[in-house]
Amino acid sequence: MRDVSLDIRPGELVALLGPSGSGKTTLLRVIAGLNTPDRGVVYFDGEDATHLSVQERRVGFVFQNYALFKHLTVADNIGFGLKVRPRRSRPSKQEIAERVHKLLGLIQLEGLGDRYPAQLSGGQRQRVALARSLAIEPRVLLLDEPFGALDARVRKDLRRWLREIHKQIGLTTVFVTHDQDEAMELADRVVVLDNGRIEQVGTPEELYDRPASPFVLSFVGEAVALPVVVDHGHVKFGDREIHINAAGLRDGPARVFFRPADIAITAKGGGELEGRVESLRRTAGGMRATIAIDGYDQTLEIDSALTDAATLGSRVPLSLGHARIFPTETPDDEFKEAGEGI
Amino acid sequence: MSNVAAGRSAIARKVTEEAPATRIALILLAVVFLAIFILAPLGVVFAEAFSRGAAEFAAAFAEPDAQAAIRLTLIVAAIAVPANLIFGLAASWSIAKFSFPGKSVLITLIDLPFSVSPVVSGLVYVLLFGSQGLLGPWLVAHNIQIIFAVPGIVLATIFVTFPFVARELIPLMQEQGSVEEEAALTLGASGWDTFLHVTLPNVKWALLYGVLLCNARAMGEFGAVSVVSGHIRGLTNTIPLQVEILYNEYNMVAAFALASLLAGLALVTLGLKTFLEWRHADALAGRRRH
Repeated sequence: MRDVSLDIRPGELVALLGPSGSGKTTLLRVIAGLNTPDRGVVYFDGEDATHLSVQERRVGFVFQNYALFKHLTVADNIGFGLKVRPRRSRPSKQEIAERVHKLLGLIQLEGLGDRYPAQLSGGQRQRVALARSLAIEPRVLLLDEPFGALDARVRKDLRRWLREIHKQIGLTTVFVTHDQDEAMELADRVVVLDNGRIEQVGTPEELYDRPASPFVLSFVGEAVALPVVVDHGHVKFGDREIHINAAGLRDGPARVFFRPADIAITAKGGGELEGRVESLRRTAGGMRATIAIDGYDQTLEIDSALTDAATLGSRVPLSLGHARIFPTETPDDEFKEAGEGI
Repeated sequence: MSNVAAGRSAIARKVTEEAPATRIALILLAVVFLAIFILAPLGVVFAEAFSRGAAEFAAAFAEPDAQAAIRLTLIVAAIAVPANLIFGLAASWSIAKFSFPGKSVLITLIDLPFSVSPVVSGLVYVLLFGSQGLLGPWLVAHNIQIIFAVPGIVLATIFVTFPFVARELIPLMQEQGSVEEEAALTLGASGWDTFLHVTLPNVKWALLYGVLLCNARAMGEFGAVSVVSGHIRGLTNTIPLQVEILYNEYNMVAAFALASLLAGLALVTLGLKTFLEWRHADALAGRRRH
């Protein structure tokens, strides 16, 4: 990890988003104190926590595969963090039992306290792991790929549930995910990581509308990249000119990024691009066309209203809505870090 | 019609299964082999021990030398087994949970006693601690007797039996990884609490199993102990050595009576092991067999 600086506000729900190997789990483990950074500082509430041990940091950590204690019941798992406290700060047996009972209620698993982890479903285990980490009243809650091992439906339910829990207890929460939908749906702010560096930090809207780099743009949602050439402020795709503000860009090769939703079939005579209709399917609201853009080796799918212009094999003009341009082969630091907190 | 029937039976049988005749032949071969080479000798031990009746059998244990041998065997096992329990836990913990330079060397060293002849292991101790050995003069000067005495027997036994516990634990601990330990640490548990409440419960059956095997070998070891013991009656003879002496003196009943004690111990160990495997099949599933 290099030059990572991140400011997380109290009560915030933050997602660390990135492909595998981007360093997101490492960053989470550094916050927890499970990994020690070679350099750098970790602050909790303005207090230097770099040299605090894992135990002293009092973080709630939910592991990817839950790491429940197999030989302990659900109730004993949840109560573990209280039972191992030094004698003078340890709650009484009864207080522990009450707290466990309350947490079982929070995770909606009342009555399952006597079960063993092996007797639970994946989603239930996940919730037990969460309750176990909440039992110690952590200062921050850290979740490593919390929904990674679950099937799609359970994942969706749990996501909504986690969001609600966060609202209820208001605990500062950081979770790691490689799933951009998950990050966008759940988090107040998303930290996009690649290759051990922060690419951008921002709200889901900011990431989607104002991506700071081609990486963020193509990682957050689908994107098409057209190879273009910048020439004195004019942007050329082949011999066609694309109307986009290229102010401040050096002459030379660049790429124009746009989302599939930002391109549409337009009236004859208009449009910046042209393409051939490869296939056409009727959908509920209109139709979906697969179009091969002239001079571009990939096809793209466009949802469009019904028009007569598009028939199979015909050529249609395409107009580009919102698009962004980034220079090709630029040194990395050209579009390093945007957004706040860095 | 017959085609269909043939097709169906071919589906019902897995491709790796052989024809009934082959199966029966293979099973029979294994059973006969076991009967000749293992069951028959075991039966002979007990038959020979009781060949002159129970009174003679009991008389063999009344012998002071026999009692001394039994006592010594128990003492040796009582030292060697706990020593290897601690060593095995420490070694497998460090191998499974940390990475450090020389780790693969350590793993190979742990297996060494399995690949070296026990007699050679015994000889090594003689060369080290014997009066003509490397440390001999110093030991003599300080009046410490290791070879031909109980300390030498204990050392040789520890050497021969030290892989048992570690070999049981390493694969299991490696498979389990250290994520549960990490979880315990984030929950505020100290290192010792983590070991006691998380690591130990996760390996307890494999540990018990390793201890059982280690104990059986500690009590039954002959080669290494024979070299360092000096065969002093009533002093440095363990049960296996005493059996050999009695046998060489044509005292068959006494020899086989003592031997039956060891055989009985082996049977009890085997029974316990089978029981543990049956009872805790899941927990033991992760480990390698010898």
